[in-house]
Amino acid sequence: MPKHTLSVLVENKPGVLARIAALFSRRGFNIDSLAVGPTEHSDVSRMTVVVDVDELPLEQVTKQLNKLVEVLKIVELEPPSSVQRQIVLVKVRADASNRSHIVETAELFRATVVDVASDSLTIEATGKVEKIQALLGVLEPFGIRELVQSGVVAVGRGPRSITDRALRSA
Amino acid sequence: MTDSQTSTKASPADLAAQSRPRPSAPAVPAAPVVPERCTGAQSLVKSLEAIGVDTVFGLPGGAILPAYDPLMDSTKVRHILVRHEQGAGHAAEGYAVATGRVGVCMATSGPGATNLVTPIADAYMDSVPIVAITGQVPSGSIGTDAFQEADIRGITMPITKHNYLVTNPDDIPRAIAEAFHIAGTGRPGPVLVDISKDALVGQTTFAWPPTVDLPGYRPVARPHSKQIREAARLIAAARRPIFYIGGGVIRARAADALRKLVDLTQIPVVTTLMARGAVPDGHPLHLGMPGMHGSVAAVTGLQKSDLIIALGARFDDRVTGQLSSFAPHAKVIHADIDPAEISKNRVADVPIVGDCKDVITDLIEVIAADQAANGAAEYEAWQATVAEWKQTYPVGYTTQPDSLSPQYVIERIGALSGPEATYVAGVGQHQMWAAQFVEYARPNSWINSGGLGTMGFAVPAAMGAKVAEPARTVWAIDGDGCFQMTNQELATCVINDIPIKVAIINNSSLGMVRQWQTLFYNERYSNTDLHTSHNQERIPDFVKLADAYGCAGWRVDRAEDVDAAITQALGINDRPVVIDFVVHRDAMVWPMVPAGVSNDKIQIARGGAPLWERED
Repeated sequence: MPKHTLSVLVENKPGVLARIAALFSRRGFNIDSLAVGPTEHSDVSRMTVVVDVDELPLEQVTKQLNKLVEVLKIVELEPPSSVQRQIVLVKVRADASNRSHIVETAELFRATVVDVASDSLTIEATGKVEKIQALLGVLEPFGIRELVQSGVVAVGRGPRSITDRALRSA
Repeated sequence: MTDSQTSTKASPADLAAQSRPRPSAPAVPAAPVVPERCTGAQSLVKSLEAIGVDTVFGLPGGAILPAYDPLMDSTKVRHILVRHEQGAGHAAEGYAVATGRVGVCMATSGPGATNLVTPIADAYMDSVPIVAITGQVPSGSIGTDAFQEADIRGITMPITKHNYLVTNPDDIPRAIAEAFHIAGTGRPGPVLVDISKDALVGQTTFAWPPTVDLPGYRPVARPHSKQIREAARLIAAARRPIFYIGGGVIRARAADALRKLVDLTQIPVVTTLMARGAVPDGHPLHLGMPGMHGSVAAVTGLQKSDLIIALGARFDDRVTGQLSSFAPHAKVIHADIDPAEISKNRVADVPIVGDCKDVITDLIEVIAADQAANGAAEYEAWQATVAEWKQTYPVGYTTQPDSLSPQYVIERIGALSGPEATYVAGVGQHQMWAAQFVEYARPNSWINSGGLGTMGFAVPAAMGAKVAEPARTVWAIDGDGCFQMTNQELATCVINDIPIKVAIINNSSLGMVRQWQTLFYNERYSNTDLHTSHNQERIPDFVKLADAYGCAGWRVDRAEDVDAAITQALGINDRPVVIDFVVHRDAMVWPMVPAGVSNDKIQIARGGAPLWERED
C-alpha cells in the first residue's frame, strides 16, 4: 500500500492527540509515523501523520478526521511538492580502531557526532526517510547499540502556508 | 439539521392543547443575562435553563451531587429520577427522537457514567441529539484511581460526536452551549460534558450567552447546485430509478418535502428501518422496508434498479446484504449531511453533501423546471413491475392453530392506536414485526434502536417519548428478553405520571437468536429459552411484576381477546399498562436475506424464494 503524508492542524487542547490516534485505530488504519508539535500560532498544533493506505480508505479516514471538532484542517503533502524530514539518533559500537572510519561515514551523510565514549559514538542525522535508511544500513555492520527515530515532519514547498489559511477560514 | 432548539415538531392542535406547559425553547445563544456570582453547579443549572431545557433524566451520586442541589429549586427544568442510568440515556433518546429537540441525561462519575455508555453509543449510531452531563471526581484526584473514578471522556471518545472534561467553573456555560450546538446541528449525535466536582463547587460568574468558539466545526448544510443539477439529469435519464430513504430524512424534518418530491417524480420509494414514516406506508409508490427483513418489492426494487437516489441513508450492511452484489446495475446519487457517509460503503456517482431538506427542496425546484421545459420522465414499465412485486409478495404471516401470532398482536396494536400514536420497540423479532406490521404515516412515530441494536431500549425510550409528548399514546412494543433488561423504569413511569403502554410479545425466548438457531444451527437452542411463558413457567410472572410496580397488567393468549385488551389499554391513562401477550414460539420474521448473502437470495418463507428468481 502506498504511504501518504497528512498534515493535520488541530486546536491545542488536552486529549486531542488521543482523539486522533484513537480514530485511526478504531477505523482500522495503521499509523506509520506520527509527529506532533506547536506551530507559529500558540493555539494550534500540527500533526504529521504517515499512513499506509489505499486512495479510497484514505479519503474515508480524512473525512472521519475532519469530523473531529478539534481538527481545523487536513492537507495531504505529496513528496514532490513538499519537504519531508525525520531525525535519528543512533548509538554505534566504536573503539580506537574504527572510530575515525565511522566518523567519516557519518560525514558522508552530513550526520554529526553528538556524543563520544570510549566504546561508542552517538550520531545525529536528519533527512528523508530513504537517506536515514541508507545511513543505518551503512552503520549496521559496526553494531548499533541503540536507535531512536522521530516521526516524519513535512512542509509544503513555496510561499503558501496552510496554517494561515486554516486560521482565516476558522 | 436546523438547530434542534429553535423549532419543536408541530403536533396537532388538540395534542398541543393537552400538553404540559413547556418553556419556550430559545436558540443558542439566548437573550443576554446579567452576570451574577454563583457556584459552578448553579451556573450549570442556569445554563440548562437559558438554553431551554425542560426535562433532564438522571440519577444523582457523589460527584454530581452539587448540581442536584440547585436543580431542586429550578422551576424550568423538570428532573425525572430514573432507576438506572441506562434508562436516563434511552429516555433522553426517546425524548429527542419524538420531538427533534436535544434530550438531556445526567449521572454521577464512575459507574453512573459508564451506565450511560450504551445509550450514548446507541445515540451515536442512530444520530440522536442528546447531551449527557456527568459528574467527575475532583480535578486534583483525576488519574489517581479515586473512588468512583472512570475516564468517561476517554471511554466515550469513539461514541460521541464530541465530549468535554470541564475542571474550571468558568467554562461551564460555554461547554454546555457548545454541547447543545454540536448535538443538534449537522448530523445530530451525542455530546458528553464531564464536570469535576471542584468545578461544580467552585465560585464563578454566570453570564449568558457565552462565547462559543468552534473553529473546527462547520457542518455543511446547503448542497452544491452543480451536484443537484447532475442528480436531476441522472433522474431524467433513468429507466428504473428508486428512492432509498434513510433516517436522515426524519432527522432533517424533510418528510413533507420528500412527499412532494415523490409525487412530482412518481419514482418508487423504500424507507429503511430508521425512516419508517418518512413516506406514509399507504402511499401507492411506497414499496416498504428494504434490507434483511425487508419486503420483496423493496429489496428487489433496489436490486433491479438502474438508479438509486439515497437520501440520508448509509448503505448499512443490514440493507445492502453482500455489498459486492448489491444493486449491480444501479448508478448512485447519495445525499447526506455527513460527507464521511458518502462513498463509504458504495461509491456514489453523484455525491451531494447537504441537509436532506435542502437537497430535496433544491431537487424539486430543478426537476419541476426540467419537467416544465422537457416533459416529465416516464417510468411506467418500472412502476408496473414494482407494483406487481408489491401485490404478489406482500409482507404477511401464517397463523398457527391454538396459539397467538405475534404479528397479529402487533398489527392490531397499530390498527387500533392509529398513526398519531408513537411506537417504540426493543430489538429482535418484535422490532422487525413492529416495523413491518404497524402502518406508519407520520415521521417520528416510530422509535427504535437501529444501528446499535440495543435490547432494553423500548421501555425507557417510550418513557422519554411520552414525557416529550404527553398527549400522544405511546406504545412500547417489547420482547420478553428486552423487557427484562430495563423494566425497572416502570417505577419511574408510575411515580412521575408517565402512562406508557407496554406490549410484551412474550415467546419465552430470545426470539431472533432462536430464529437463527432454527435456520442456521440445526435447531439447537443454546441459551435462548427465557422460561417466561411456555411449559407453565412464568419466571418472572409479568402480570404480577406489573402489579408490583403499580401498573395495570394482564395476560392475553387468545386471538379473540386481543382487540379488547388493546382497547382497554388505550382507555387507561392514569398509570402505565403492561400486557403480557403470550405468543407462538416458532413464529419467524420473513422475508429474510441471511447475513452476508446477496439480496438476490431473498426468501419469503423458509426455503421459499419469490418466483421471479426462479424465472431468472
